[in-house]
Amino acid sequence: MTDIAIELIGISKSFGAVKANEDVSMSIAKGSIHGIIGENGAGKSTLMSILYGYYQADTGAIKVHGRETRIRNSQEAIRLGIGMVHQHFMLVDTFTVLENIVLGAEGGMLLAEGMAAAREHLKALNKDYSLEVDPDAIVGELGVGLQQRVEILKALYRGADVLILDEPTAVLTPQEADHLFRILNALRDQGKTVILITHKLREVMEITDAVSVMRAGKVVGNVFTRDVNQEILADLMVGRKVILKVNKAECNAGDAVLDVKNLSLTDERGVKLLDSLNFTVRAGEIVGVAGVSGNGQSELLEVLAGMLVPTTGAIVFKGEDLCARRYRHPRAAELRKLGIAHVPEDRSREGLVKAFSMYENAILGYDDTAALSRGPLFSRKALIERTRTFISEFDIRPANALLRVGLLSGGNQQKVVLAREIDANPELLLIGQPTRGVDIGAIEFIHKRLIQLRDEGKAILLVSVELEEILALSDRILVMAGGKITGEVSGNEATTTSLGLLMGGGSH
Amino acid sequence: MDQLISVLDSTIRVATPLVLASLAGLFSERSGVVDISLEGKMLAAAFASAAAAYMTQNPWIGLCAGMMAAVMLAMLHAFVSVTYNGNQLISGMAVNTIASGITPVLGLAWFQQGGNSPQLPDAGRFHEITLPFAEQLADVPVIGALYSRLLSGHSILVYLTILIIPVVTWFIYKSRFGLRLRAVGENPHAADTAGISVARIRYIALFWNGMLCGMAGTFLSVYQTGAFIKEMTAGKGFLALAALIFGKWRPVQAVIGCLLFAFADAIQIRLEGVAVPGIGIIPSQFIAVIPYVLTVLLLAGFVGRAIAPKSIGIPFVKSR
Repeated sequence: MTDIAIELIGISKSFGAVKANEDVSMSIAKGSIHGIIGENGAGKSTLMSILYGYYQADTGAIKVHGRETRIRNSQEAIRLGIGMVHQHFMLVDTFTVLENIVLGAEGGMLLAEGMAAAREHLKALNKDYSLEVDPDAIVGELGVGLQQRVEILKALYRGADVLILDEPTAVLTPQEADHLFRILNALRDQGKTVILITHKLREVMEITDAVSVMRAGKVVGNVFTRDVNQEILADLMVGRKVILKVNKAECNAGDAVLDVKNLSLTDERGVKLLDSLNFTVRAGEIVGVAGVSGNGQSELLEVLAGMLVPTTGAIVFKGEDLCARRYRHPRAAELRKLGIAHVPEDRSREGLVKAFSMYENAILGYDDTAALSRGPLFSRKALIERTRTFISEFDIRPANALLRVGLLSGGNQQKVVLAREIDANPELLLIGQPTRGVDIGAIEFIHKRLIQLRDEGKAILLVSVELEEILALSDRILVMAGGKITGEVSGNEATTTSLGLLMGGGSH
Repeated sequence: MDQLISVLDSTIRVATPLVLASLAGLFSERSGVVDISLEGKMLAAAFASAAAAYMTQNPWIGLCAGMMAAVMLAMLHAFVSVTYNGNQLISGMAVNTIASGITPVLGLAWFQQGGNSPQLPDAGRFHEITLPFAEQLADVPVIGALYSRLLSGHSILVYLTILIIPVVTWFIYKSRFGLRLRAVGENPHAADTAGISVARIRYIALFWNGMLCGMAGTFLSVYQTGAFIKEMTAGKGFLALAALIFGKWRPVQAVIGCLLFAFADAIQIRLEGVAVPGIGIIPSQFIAVIPYVLTVLLLAGFVGRAIAPKSIGIPFVKSR
C-alpha cells in the first residue's frame, strides 16, 4: 500500500473569477479504492477532468506512478493508463459491445482481426472481474448497469490501471450498485487503482480505503476510511457555514394544501426517479427540499407542476386528487389555473423566453387572462401596464418593460418569473433554485418576498441545493437522496451536519 | 422477353448515377452530415467533366475534372458545416444554388450555346463496351441473351459502379474507417473520447462523397447525353437521397431503392404512347408522374420509421 499511483500537488484551476480548484493536493495509493467526496460544485469533477486531460491546471503538478507528467488530452491520459467512466456514458447505442470497445483502438485497418483479438481479451476480462457482458449485445438494448460495465471494459481494454468513476451509482438500482462494488473490489484485488467520485457517504464508508473530502474547490481532508465515520465526513463535506440570516415570524401553519401520497416516478429504463414519497405542505409554511442535485428533487417539482406524469401515487391539492383528474388542457396549464404556481429550476430554459421582451415574458402561462386582451388581440397597453407594476413592486432593473429579458441580470430575470407567478395569487408556490445565479442583493429580496408570501398564508415548496438557503427559509425540511425522502427535520432543529448526513443517504 | 430485357437494360442505365449519388450520400450522412447537395455536386461535375472532355477529347480527363469539381463543393460543404458548425441544410442548399447558377454562366461564357456545352465528339465520350464473348453467346437461349443484351453493352462507368457497391458496403461495415464513420454519425462524443477526430472523419467522408458525386455527374454528361445541358440533373440528386432514406442509410438497401426508382423511370418511357387495353392511351403527364408517386408511396408507406444516424445534422461541439 505504500506505492503511489497518482499524486496531485497544489492543483489550481479558475474559470474566470470562479476558483474551481484551489491548491488541491492528494495522493492515491496503488491498488486502493480512493473516494473523492463533496457537494455539488465542490470541484470534484473539475479535478478529475484535469487528471483526465480535459482541462489544464493553472498551477500544480500531476505525478503518475512517481513521474511528473503533463496530460494535455484524454488520449495522453489513456496512454498513461488512466481510464474514465463518465457519468453520461460515451457509448454508441447502435453498436455491439465489442464494436464499442474496439472503437478508437481497432488494431489495424481491417476490423476482423482486431475484433477477434478483442473478443479473446474481453473473455478474459469478463472472467477476471465477473462483468458478465455479452460482447455481441447491442449496447442501446442493455440496461444502465450493463452499459456502465461496458464503459469499464472499454477502459480496461485500453490498459487502464487507474480507473476514475464519476458518480457511478447515480443511475443504478441498489442491486446494480452492489454488483458494481463487487467489480470494483475485484479490480482492487487485481492491483488496479480506483478513484470513486461520489457524494454518498454510505458508499464511501462501504468500499473505499481512503477519502479526500472537497469543499468549495479545496481539499478539506485526506483521511483513511477506517479512521472516520459518516458524521465526521458529513461535517467535513458540508462545513460550518455562515447561516444566512432571514428575519421571520413563527410559522403559523394552517390546513394542508398539498398532500402527496406514495408518489413514484419510474423512467423508461425502469429506474425509480421518485420512490414512494409522502409529505404534506400546509398553508402558511415553507417546506424545503434539500439534497444533492440529481436525487429526484427536479423530478418532484416537475411532477407537481404537471410537466411530468407520475407513475403511481396521489397528489391531493385542496382535497382533490390531481392524479385522478381528467385534463382537457395541458396539465401544467390547468394546474396553474387551480392555483399552483411554478418557478422552475432552470429559468432560462423553462421560465422565460430570453428573446422576448419583459412584458411578453410577464404573461407567459397567463396569456388568457381576460383583462389583458381587447377582442382577439392583446392590449399592448394593458400588458405593459401590468409589467410596470411588477417592475415597481419587485424592483426590477432596468425599469424598462420593453427590454429583452436576456439582457437582464440573473437576479432580475428571476424577479420577472417570480413576479409573474406571485401575481396569479397561487395557493401553492413551487419554487426551484430561487437564487441560482442571482446576486446577493436580489437573493435577499427574493428571500424576503418568499417569507412575506408565507406570512400571507400561502403554501410554499422550496427546492434548493443551497443548504444555507434551505435552513434560512424553511419551516420544515425534507431531505431527498436516491429519489426517496431520507428524512424530515423541523427548520429550527436542522443543522448542516444533520442534513449533510441525510443527503449522503445515511440514517438520521 | 425482348420488352423485359430492354426495360431492365434501361433500368441499369438510369440507376447508375442514382446509385453513385446515393452511396455518396451514404458516406456523408453516416458521418452525421446531412447532404441535400448531391444534386448540386452532380450538376457541377456534369458541367466540369463535359467541358474538360470537350477541350481535351478525353473522357477520362473529363471524369477527373468532374470529380474535382464535386470534391471542391463537398469540401465547401464540409468547411461550413464541420469546421464552422454551420447549418447543414443551408450549406447544402447553398451548394445547389451555386451549382445551378455557375454552370450556365460559365457554359455561356465558354461555349456560347445558351449555357449548354457543345455535343462531345466521339473521342471525348465514354462508349458502350461489348463484354468478351457477348456476340458469340447472343444466340444461347436465356443466359446468352441476358449476358449479351443486359450485362454487355454498357459504359465502363456502369461496370465501375457495380464494383463500387460491394467495395463501399465492405468499407462501411468491415473497415476501421467504416466503424469510426458510423460512430461519428451516431455519437460523436463517444468517438471523441475514444480518441477519434470527429472533424477529420467527416472531412474524409465528404471527400469520398465528392468523388462519387463526380462520377455520377460525369456519367450524365460525358456518357448518357454526350453534352452538358442546363439543369440536366433534374432532381436525380434528391431521388438518390430519397433512395438512401428508403434504404435506411444502408448501402445495399439504398441500391435497391435506386433500382426501384430507375425501374419506374424505365417503365414510364415504355408506357409513353402505348395503348392500354380498355383505357386507351394514357396521357403522358400521368405517366411522367409515376417515379415521383412511387417515391412518395415508398417513403411514406413501405419504409416504416426511417432510423437515421442519431447525430445527423447536429454540428459536433466538444463538450467540456
